Amino acid sequence: MQDGAIYEQLTDIFRDVFMRDDLTLKPELTAKDVPGWDSFKQIEIIIAIEEKYGIKFHTRELDSLHNVGDLARTVEAKTAAA
Amino acid sequence: MTTLAWLPPVPDWRAALKAISVAQPDWFDKLVALAQHRLDFVRINALDTILKAGCETSPPKVKQIRLAILGSSTLAHLMPAIRIAAIRREFLVTVYEADYGQYWQELTDPDSGLHAFKPTMILFALDAHHLAAGVNAGMLEQDADAALEEVQNRIRECWRLAREAFKCPIIQQTPLPVHPTVLGNNEHRLPGSKARFIARFNAALRPMADAAGVELLATDDRAARDGLAAWHDPGLWHRAKQEISPSAAPLYGDLIGRIIAAKQGKSYKCLVMDLDNTMWGGVIGDDGLEGIVIGQGSALGEAFVAFQEYARELSRRGIILAVCSKNDEANALEPFEKHPEMVLKRGDIACFVANWTDKAANIRTIAAELNIGLDSLVFIDDNPFERTLVRQELPMVAVPEVGDDPVSYAQILSDAGYFEGLAVTQEDRERSGQYQGNRLREALKSSATDLPSYLRGLEMQLIWRRFDQIGLSRTVQLINKTNQFNLTTRRYTEDDVLGVMRDNRSFGLQLRLLDRFGDNGIISIVIGRMQEEAAEEEGDLLIDTWLMSCRVLGRQVEPTTLNLVAEQAQKLGAKRLVGEYIPTKKNAMVKDHYAKLGFTVVNEAADGSSRAVLDLTAFTPAETFIDVRES
Repeated sequence: MQDGAIYEQLTDIFRDVFMRDDLTLKPELTAKDVPGWDSFKQIEIIIAIEEKYGIKFHTRELDSLHNVGDLARTVEAKTAAA
Repeated sequence: MTTLAWLPPVPDWRAALKAISVAQPDWFDKLVALAQHRLDFVRINALDTILKAGCETSPPKVKQIRLAILGSSTLAHLMPAIRIAAIRREFLVTVYEADYGQYWQELTDPDSGLHAFKPTMILFALDAHHLAAGVNAGMLEQDADAALEEVQNRIRECWRLAREAFKCPIIQQTPLPVHPTVLGNNEHRLPGSKARFIARFNAALRPMADAAGVELLATDDRAARDGLAAWHDPGLWHRAKQEISPSAAPLYGDLIGRIIAAKQGKSYKCLVMDLDNTMWGGVIGDDGLEGIVIGQGSALGEAFVAFQEYARELSRRGIILAVCSKNDEANALEPFEKHPEMVLKRGDIACFVANWTDKAANIRTIAAELNIGLDSLVFIDDNPFERTLVRQELPMVAVPEVGDDPVSYAQILSDAGYFEGLAVTQEDRERSGQYQGNRLREALKSSATDLPSYLRGLEMQLIWRRFDQIGLSRTVQLINKTNQFNLTTRRYTEDDVLGVMRDNRSFGLQLRLLDRFGDNGIISIVIGRMQEEAAEEEGDLLIDTWLMSCRVLGRQVEPTTLNLVAEQAQKLGAKRLVGEYIPTKKNAMVKDHYAKLGFTVVNEAADGSSRAVLDLTAFTPAETFIDVRES
């Protein structure tokens, strides 16, 4: 899967989760940059991604996610492996 | 699966969401409409955000439930789903969550947040890890038993404290089977197994809940059906102490919503079924009796049989069945009358509508004929055109999203929980038979040449009995829910009824009407009290309560009842009967009840209430077509 496609799909998910049309995703984006992105919202994002791609994040994978870039790379790796 | 599969998908989520503005007066209606769709965790959170904003600016005027949730794990992620499930049923839930791990403290401390919240409903959501903490695989039988008893006692004490402090309904969530087994298939042979402990606890909860009048939220049953993985993610447990996974939140919320609705008597009451390709395969008008697919060993035919069997099971516990079909009536009836594989008979259908009118109009007719609200109807139809039409025209009717494979119909109805019931009464069991009886009575009426022959032909018997323990709950139920044919609308509790039973200068009568077509059940309650406080009242029997089911109007039950009341009054030495009418918004129909029975109205007040008397020394019992006997 192309990197661009993943970013587009993740953007869709983030926009639904945060109820904002203006959210754009960049690899450096972290929770601090988006108001309301707390651990509750983090779980929401993960659940939405898992449901969309039919994947399940492992504990270490979740622990290693520090920014959107990490997220996109992990999704890419997990969907490519499938 | 935990998807709300019976609800239709949203055609365009973003557009639908954008169309809701809390500044507009219709924001709540739009939110409620959107809640009737298949929503996942993310969408429910989005709706909940709007709900919160809307309630702050212009709170809707609907019933409010104050739900306190007492748990031992993280529950915050489940609240939006509960709130949205509530608005799906057009009421509002305000949720209070006790501080993490503080449920016991909050219950026992009168200054706690829980007490300040003044809940009108309490949910105990104690998780499996918490409950099984005192058990381990090394334990012997007696220690495991002692641990189970300790937990059961603790739960019972929680219920007791909650009931004492708040006197409100209690829901107990059953813990999920989160513990991996240690022994295997025969885990029950390991006394200290946590998995076994939770299974035993859940089994014990059922009779405990019955004894205490507590409702169960059977998440354990759902996990068995949906698979534990759908309900519980051990990763999330370790990360955030969430026992119930957010993916299951929408269904979890809906389960709670349907219990709350059932508690208020708002569960759906009637299943309206299409015929062609819903009850059998094919189109009866085209394929004829030999061509429709039902039973006969074909997979498809057996699937339709199974669906009919499920519908019949529903009717056996009190759900009304109706038919709404686009067909010539004669064609639609043929399989019911002649097809050997049909499970449902014409007698099982309380209201049978087959014509070429649009289904929305027909469903209105069905509701009117059955004398129930449109919001009590569930409509099942394989045709998406019909489903969409009815959803549009009658948004209060529930229309499950069924595919065209009958294999799934029963499970979808069961998953949807439309008919959530908390108990089954004798009245429920008799309901189907009563509709059948009513049909036969109507048929007799239209074929009888005049009223006397109709009444004579009914072969009616009025069976009376004094208030007793066996009929106590039915008596109390009737006294409290009868509004139209109710002269004084006095509400009695069980204790009040017991008081009448103990008073030998009063009588309470339960009247049952039987006829040729069956038992109409207890259809009237009368309470008479000798008035002995003032000298001028001596010899007066006051009819404190006289209520009757509207089902039996026009059959001479009233004068027959009067004969019986007079007889009972005379046994107590009464010389006069005194009847009162206290007007309410709903009982205008009985304003002239006593006058019609030959009483003399002695007093009429400005508010419409009146008092009437009957001289028993000059009273001759009326001759009616009803035989009276004591039970």
